[in-house]
Amino acid sequence: MSYLNKIIYNCKQATFLIEKKQIRRLSFREEIELRIHLAGCGMCVLYNKQSRAINDMVQQLLQDSLKNDLKLDDAFKADLQAKIEEGLGNK
Amino acid sequence: MITETNVLNPHKWVAAYADYLYMYAIVRINDEDTAKDLVQETFLAALEKVDRFEGKSTERTWLTAILKNKIIDVYRKKSSGLAIASANKAAQEQDEFFEEDNGHWKAEYAPQPIAGMDDEDPLLKKELNSILQKCLQKLPALWNAVFTMKHIDDAATENICTELHVTQANFWVIIHRAKVNLRACLQKNWN
Repeated sequence: MSYLNKIIYNCKQATFLIEKKQIRRLSFREEIELRIHLAGCGMCVLYNKQSRAINDMVQQLLQDSLKNDLKLDDAFKADLQAKIEEGLGNK
Repeated sequence: MITETNVLNPHKWVAAYADYLYMYAIVRINDEDTAKDLVQETFLAALEKVDRFEGKSTERTWLTAILKNKIIDVYRKKSSGLAIASANKAAQEQDEFFEEDNGHWKAEYAPQPIAGMDDEDPLLKKELNSILQKCLQKLPALWNAVFTMKHIDDAATENICTELHVTQANFWVIIHRAKVNLRACLQKNWN
């Protein structure tokens, strides 16, 4: 298989580069290879879009859980403070 | 010039920081009991180190740093032993997504549109979010740790590699596999 054909068929490598690109700059060669692949592969174009959407969703999950205001129960807290006081007493 | 020095007041720790630390742990560990244990361990470890507090950071920052180290210990523990077997298993599964010889998507795993992802419908989005949460939990522990540190803490790649004992090469493989798995899991459980 020719070098070009390898790039065109290799979705595994293309998705690898898509992930890498979200975190750091690709090398010139990697960038060109990814562009060639995406120019001809609708599936990886879709993957690229969905992969970024997943990042946003993960961020959103984080924001939501911060809003949830999950709190420790009072009994646990009282017990914990008592342990701390005990530790302080032993000092 | 007098610089302000922070002081510790352990008598107020639980009231002031317990909920904050609990939240911090829950987001990164996703297990209420483990998170509770970590909060307790953090305070007790902090108590041991009170003498070494230099007052350079705030009480909260100092306690959070202690908790962060404990969370990384949990990641490490979870990703050794048995977890490695499950990580390898998941790696094999991911190889099923692509053709062995040329790396092309296998027809059954090729990306398809996932409704709710592009949709602005809040109900669809909510449902998709809860599927995403389940999919995240299904990731092998090490992958989840790498993914969480990168996406929630925005940690530097070098730090993640050092703290979790993975090589740079492995880091990229994990980042890739984690996302391919997550996406496939969403597609499978949604459509």
